[in-house]
Amino acid sequence: MPEPLLRVHDLRTYFYTESGVARSVDGVSFEIAPGETVGLVGESGCGKSVTALSLLRLIRPPGRIESGSEITFDGKNLVTIDEKSMRAVRGARISMVFQEPMTALNPVFTVGDQIAEVVRIHGAGSKREAWDRAVKMLETVGIPAPAQRANEYPHQLSGGMRQRVVIAMALVMNPALVIADEPTTALDVTIQAQILELLADLQKQFGTSILLITHDLGVVAESVSRVIVMYGGEVVEEAAVRELFAAAHHPYTEGLLGAMPQVGQERERLATIPGTVPPPTAWPAGCRFHDRCPYAWDRCATEHPPLYQIGSGHVSRCHLADEPQRRAEKHEPLVVAATGEGNPGRGTRAS
Amino acid sequence: MSAAMTIPHASTSPLLSVHGLVKHFPIKKGLFGKPAGAVRAVDGVSFDVMPGETLGLVGESGCGKSTTGRMILRLIEPTAGSIEFDGIDLVKLDNKQMRRLRRKIQVIFQDPFSSLNPRMTVGSIIREGLTIHHIAEGSAADSRVRQLLDEVGLRAEYMSRYPHEFSGGQRQRIGIARALAVEPTFIVCDEPVSALDVSVQAQVINLMQDLQRDRGLAYLFIAHDLSVVEHIADRVAVMYLGKIVELASSDDLYREPLMPYTQALLSAVPIADPAVKKNRVMLRGDVPSPANPPSGCVFHPRCQHPAKDAACAVLVPPLEEKAPGHWVACIKQPPTGVDWSIQKAAGGTNPPARYLPVITPNGTPNGV
Repeated sequence: MPEPLLRVHDLRTYFYTESGVARSVDGVSFEIAPGETVGLVGESGCGKSVTALSLLRLIRPPGRIESGSEITFDGKNLVTIDEKSMRAVRGARISMVFQEPMTALNPVFTVGDQIAEVVRIHGAGSKREAWDRAVKMLETVGIPAPAQRANEYPHQLSGGMRQRVVIAMALVMNPALVIADEPTTALDVTIQAQILELLADLQKQFGTSILLITHDLGVVAESVSRVIVMYGGEVVEEAAVRELFAAAHHPYTEGLLGAMPQVGQERERLATIPGTVPPPTAWPAGCRFHDRCPYAWDRCATEHPPLYQIGSGHVSRCHLADEPQRRAEKHEPLVVAATGEGNPGRGTRAS
Repeated sequence: MSAAMTIPHASTSPLLSVHGLVKHFPIKKGLFGKPAGAVRAVDGVSFDVMPGETLGLVGESGCGKSTTGRMILRLIEPTAGSIEFDGIDLVKLDNKQMRRLRRKIQVIFQDPFSSLNPRMTVGSIIREGLTIHHIAEGSAADSRVRQLLDEVGLRAEYMSRYPHEFSGGQRQRIGIARALAVEPTFIVCDEPVSALDVSVQAQVINLMQDLQRDRGLAYLFIAHDLSVVEHIADRVAVMYLGKIVELASSDDLYREPLMPYTQALLSAVPIADPAVKKNRVMLRGDVPSPANPPSGCVFHPRCQHPAKDAACAVLVPPLEEKAPGHWVACIKQPPTGVDWSIQKAAGGTNPPARYLPVITPNGTPNGV
């Protein structure tokens, strides 16, 4: 494996709220190689978006990246460098594509101005050069008549076009890493297919690494080479994409795959994961998934599982790795036995 | 599964029968709001829903699927067309008569955060319908609410809590309990699971299927997620720019889509199996504006049917039955009642020819 482009080690991002300390990201470690596309998946509240924002140090109080966290990039720890050096990284070396292109773009500036501004901020050219670069970038992302489109405002463009503009903005400085946070979630499926194709093409062309954050396992299957699954602020499984879909180890990953209806699949009853994601202010003791897990036994309620090595490049945070014979003993999770599926384990407060 | 099984009660009369439904939203210009055209949100839509059946209504943003659902609920007044429910034309009813009929026609909305009144307890939200329709009062209403909460998998003691205390999936269950309270026979479900996480979405889909089985409910299931619709619907109607372009049993539609738009739409759905290599029919460009839809077949500017020709830009394709129960609006997919002589007269150069791009993956998608 080549020297990683990005190395995240024991990242912890906590929010000090009135209802307690929310440990949204709690000891996350992973690496991204140059030119690699990595998927970060999980449901609402698992910490995937906070992880992304932490990489760019966009966490505002009451949130804070805890000391001891390391984000090594270009030989520097992004957690500890000063704000001025961080600004040189943001948008130039690491950039971000957000979910909602309408809110990511400023409605009162033309799209050309907004892309050119990125170039100007990083002092990479005169006004004229920045504008030319913006137009060229619009062409690269497949916007027809880019010279005219550059003079238009975001509201004049369709949703798919806007997302292309956001991608142009993210790529104009030719960054080494693009973090794409649910880049196609707000788009229709035919437009999603266009945008995913565009991202794949651009990656080939520029050799950019991509961290693709999504809840959609279909998108992951088609777009990435390696997958990191998060639950409860932690990485619970990591594997090459084929390995993950063919031989998921963690019961949460297994549950996610089973819960997803798929085109072409027999119409059986969908598998469900009972209960809901616990609030980050009160992760359960032991394994954070144990009260929703069909395999859990007493050990799971008390002993926090480490990331066990399952195979080459495949890790899973589940004691089943230690006691594989337990996989045969599937049962109803204790907490929901009394009230039926879908009832919350503990508090009912939506976080 | 045979076609006869997927269209239950095909011999009985439909519960809901929509004919030539149209909604044009006027575009106003200038100080005095002079009409300057219209957005043809829904442009002549017809379909039936049988008792106990789930009809899926799919399409991309702006295709008119939600407007169709809202017209059936009379939340939007149709410009033209009829909506017959149990033999009664809803369009002709006054507000008072319509209110009485709302007991039979209920709705589940997409956003579980804005569709529940934040100032009302869960109990009073569910009880409201019981009171309005004089179904139950006092302690009888209370025990009915308890029973409903139990049916949707929530604890009875939740009735004194407020919506903000619940997660998205739980709120959607509350919305379902509210719809069920008045014992409807038909529910319009407008993107009921789109806002939910995958695992919670599966819980709600299973619940909706259980309730349908137990109560014989009919659903109009409006959604943009094609895999969810395939899972829940008996028949599926595909909309594009205000028109139904294909309507078939779920099995037929997903196995052999005939309308080139449906083919492209299905092939765009990502498959959660990295081992499958897909042959994708990639659509270029965006959906045209419904204020100025293309002439002839509304899909013709983006269509990839090899026989596409000038006739497609002239002739409006009728929704025709190309195979038993399989309705398609395309003059280039044989058989068609739009004769070759008519097509030639309209500038046609390519006779109709079967086009079936391979879009379904080989091998079974990975399901655990």
